[in-house]
Amino acid sequence: MDLQLSVGAKVLMVGAGGIGCELLKTLALSGFQDIHIIDMDTIEVSNLNRQFLFRQSHVGQSKSKVARDAVLKFRPHVSIKSYHANVKDPEFNVEFFKQFNVVLNGLDNLDARRHVNRLCLAANVPLVESGTTGFLGQVTVHVKGRTECYECQPKPAPKTYPVCTITSTPSKFVHCIVWAKDLLFAKLFGDKNQENDLNIRSSDGASSSENVVDVFERREGEDIDDYGRRIFDHVFGYNIELALSNEETWKNRNKPKPIYSKDVLSDELAQQNGNVVQDSATDDGLSVSAMSSLGMKNPQDIWSLSENSRIFFESLRLFFMKRGKEIGNLSFDKDDQLAVEFVTAAANIRAASFGIPLHSLFEAKGIAGNIVHAVATTNAIIAGLIVIEAIKVLKNDIKSYRMTYCLEHPTRKMLLMPVEPFEPNESCYVCSETPLLLEINTHRSKLKDFVERIVKAKLGMNLPIIMQGSNLLFEAGDDLDEDMIANYEANLEKVLAELPSPVTSGTMLTVEDLLQEFTCNINIKHREEFDEEKEPDGMLLSGWTQPVSASEKEKEDKSINNGANSSDVTVEAVEDETGVVAVGVKKRRISETSEVAANAAADETNHKQYQVIDDEDDLVVLDGNSDAGNKRKRMQ
Amino acid sequence: MDGEELTEQETALYDRQIRVWGADAQRRLSKAHVLVYGIKGTIAEFCKNIVLAGVGSLTLVDDRVANEEALSSNFLIPPDENVYRGKTLAELCCDSLIDFNPMVRVSVVKGDLSDFGIDFFNKFDVVVISCCSLAAKKLANDKCRKLSKRVSFYTVDCRDSCGEIFVDLKDYRYSKKKLEETNECQLQYPCFEDAVSVPWKALPRKTSKLYFAMRVIEKFEEAEGRSPGEVSVADLPGVLKLKEELCSAQSVNESHVPDSLLERLVTNTTEFPPVCAIIGGILGQEVIKAISGKGDPLKNFFFFDAMDGKGVMEDISEPNA
Repeated sequence: MDLQLSVGAKVLMVGAGGIGCELLKTLALSGFQDIHIIDMDTIEVSNLNRQFLFRQSHVGQSKSKVARDAVLKFRPHVSIKSYHANVKDPEFNVEFFKQFNVVLNGLDNLDARRHVNRLCLAANVPLVESGTTGFLGQVTVHVKGRTECYECQPKPAPKTYPVCTITSTPSKFVHCIVWAKDLLFAKLFGDKNQENDLNIRSSDGASSSENVVDVFERREGEDIDDYGRRIFDHVFGYNIELALSNEETWKNRNKPKPIYSKDVLSDELAQQNGNVVQDSATDDGLSVSAMSSLGMKNPQDIWSLSENSRIFFESLRLFFMKRGKEIGNLSFDKDDQLAVEFVTAAANIRAASFGIPLHSLFEAKGIAGNIVHAVATTNAIIAGLIVIEAIKVLKNDIKSYRMTYCLEHPTRKMLLMPVEPFEPNESCYVCSETPLLLEINTHRSKLKDFVERIVKAKLGMNLPIIMQGSNLLFEAGDDLDEDMIANYEANLEKVLAELPSPVTSGTMLTVEDLLQEFTCNINIKHREEFDEEKEPDGMLLSGWTQPVSASEKEKEDKSINNGANSSDVTVEAVEDETGVVAVGVKKRRISETSEVAANAAADETNHKQYQVIDDEDDLVVLDGNSDAGNKRKRMQ
Repeated sequence: MDGEELTEQETALYDRQIRVWGADAQRRLSKAHVLVYGIKGTIAEFCKNIVLAGVGSLTLVDDRVANEEALSSNFLIPPDENVYRGKTLAELCCDSLIDFNPMVRVSVVKGDLSDFGIDFFNKFDVVVISCCSLAAKKLANDKCRKLSKRVSFYTVDCRDSCGEIFVDLKDYRYSKKKLEETNECQLQYPCFEDAVSVPWKALPRKTSKLYFAMRVIEKFEEAEGRSPGEVSVADLPGVLKLKEELCSAQSVNESHVPDSLLERLVTNTTEFPPVCAIIGGILGQEVIKAISGKGDPLKNFFFFDAMDGKGVMEDISEPNA
């Protein structure tokens, strides 16, 4: 093996963030001459601690453009083309991908990774994939037909929590955050038409919630402070009393303590809160802050119950007084200071009620915003490893391809651990085009349900076409004429069995995404009943390895997950959106066998198993997320 | 801790890394003073990493003037002769690094490593040495060790697609978090001189080949009076002869030091940028650990070879130390 760079390689980088900045620098230094880079983001202050190509003065500008300019300063002769765009835009189609010799990903979300994986497969361009979180990181190589594709392995599903844990029996701070963010915040400031479980309680739910008009609505002419106290007393007092009345729930649990506004606010404080604080000169929405109007500075401080209550009232008041126009349309955003303050305070008051330790705004923000830990050093190391793999890929040196894990604690003396790549998974519906099976009630489920819950949510398609044989049932896209749009709209509202070409048991549907050039066949099987709790979609897709759900074992209820991107920053950093996979380690000699049974750590994705053979220079073979029965073959 | 709080500006800038190592560690970082001697690509990477991380100050020493070779894997120097002419490597890198993080004081000191006295080293918490002779490294390490306070000492060397880091934390105590409980740990490090002269016979058979190969090259350069990295493929016969002598003196088999590895190390002495990024990254991480007192530090060598892709930690101490 030699690591001399082949001349004339053309590479595509997707992402100009933490890994991207390091990667663009290392590629340029290593002699790469023709680099294209796509990133849709603009620069933020919290990027500057690691995305070293950016400065304070660049905040708000395009990442890909600024990164290009910065690298040209020390390597002026490299050709770098930057795109301030979403990699999922139609301009980046298969033809676009085909011009490159290798694609290098430095992405931060599953959705875009899946999209790029499919385009690389369709264009037959090798992909080097990467991810980091804190001190952990990994680099993998995906070459069509030779190694597994990015989707051959099930990816950990976003961490979800049963509804009743969130609404009635929280036991961790994250449960309180999810309640404050997805239920209370959404109820008070979000879309009123959205379904919201705020008033559902474990068992007595239905009876009382129907006759309540809407306690969360501010009444005509109601004073803002009266309204705040009414909401406070309802959610932290009345609702807890109501929950306590169900003795069964608390047999084996600590009882929560109802908290009323009069208990936490002295008269003096209540008065103070009633005063309208001097309006600041600039009233641009995102700079309004309850902390600054109450003179609290340090986001690392853990506030007392009384302080949290004051923040609660003040942030609620500020939303109504300063940002009234947005009420009804707000959704939680980690960069919205006032929203973070409200959610922190509400989560802490609830935590106090349930005897859960309180947290600082800084910590609460991390949990609520699914913020991924990130440091410069890991990104630099991972970028170096990506370039080494890219050079091997350009030489077509298949035997020396490696996936490499960057570890926090050494495993068998190694901090950087190379592993041979796996062969493609024969049952992968993405790279092996294996048909899937869908059990669905064809008399009850509409085509719309199928499109939303399966085609988009499960198969990750953006612009789908759905066909039964040669009959088009549905098509997404901008260039459709009005008749067709009307026709498809009508189809979406029909149940499957009543479509113009009926879809019933035994029908095979073909679903295609034109942009991804990815086709998938789905065999339909009619099934009458579905378990509402275990199968909330009312349909069941099988035939490929299901994503391993995160370790939370309670599954008695439908679930709420903490935000759109999967990441749980409080625990198990290895299971987050950066694609870092938890590892069970097992060592095999190269000559011994080509088959590796994924039998390690069958119960715990994070559990490490070592089987150390005292022998030199053999490779470590690594089982990813354990799922019994899914055998992975090592590449030969 | 000392009760001082991070400023709002610091909290905003360092948000993502405070989530990794905590506000406490960030405060300690902001008070640490780091010295770097000898600047090539790997050290440039390291400097970038710790300036971004937010150390208190970084002092650069390298009086060599810039030339084409010095630019090869160093992204801190603009490749424009009009800019770099007449300036030293330290000055040029300082100009770039200042922009990376306005909260870090970056400065230049002139001089030769061997001429700096103990008082000079006393100003620093971390000393990182590169591109200098075996004797100069030993001397600097001795001076650091003589100080009553601990100065974390590192040397780093990258050749071809290989890299080596040496660490001396003297007598090091740190806290280790395991699940809920925090344990106090202690490590004793050998000095540089002892660590490079451990009898080979005493080391486990699986010890990284790079350890031995680097010692051979180091000895060769010293014996021939060369500057660090001043070897070429023409020196290969001499290097292989020295290897034979060393192996026989140490009574180990010659396969301890593969000829092919030595050939790579003498043929291509320029750094390989991906390896600079990797070694500079690991070194940055180690320095951050040592300053913050959090996490298991490396003891006492780290080796990376892009050929097999392994990044290995080796504990090489006197058997009876």
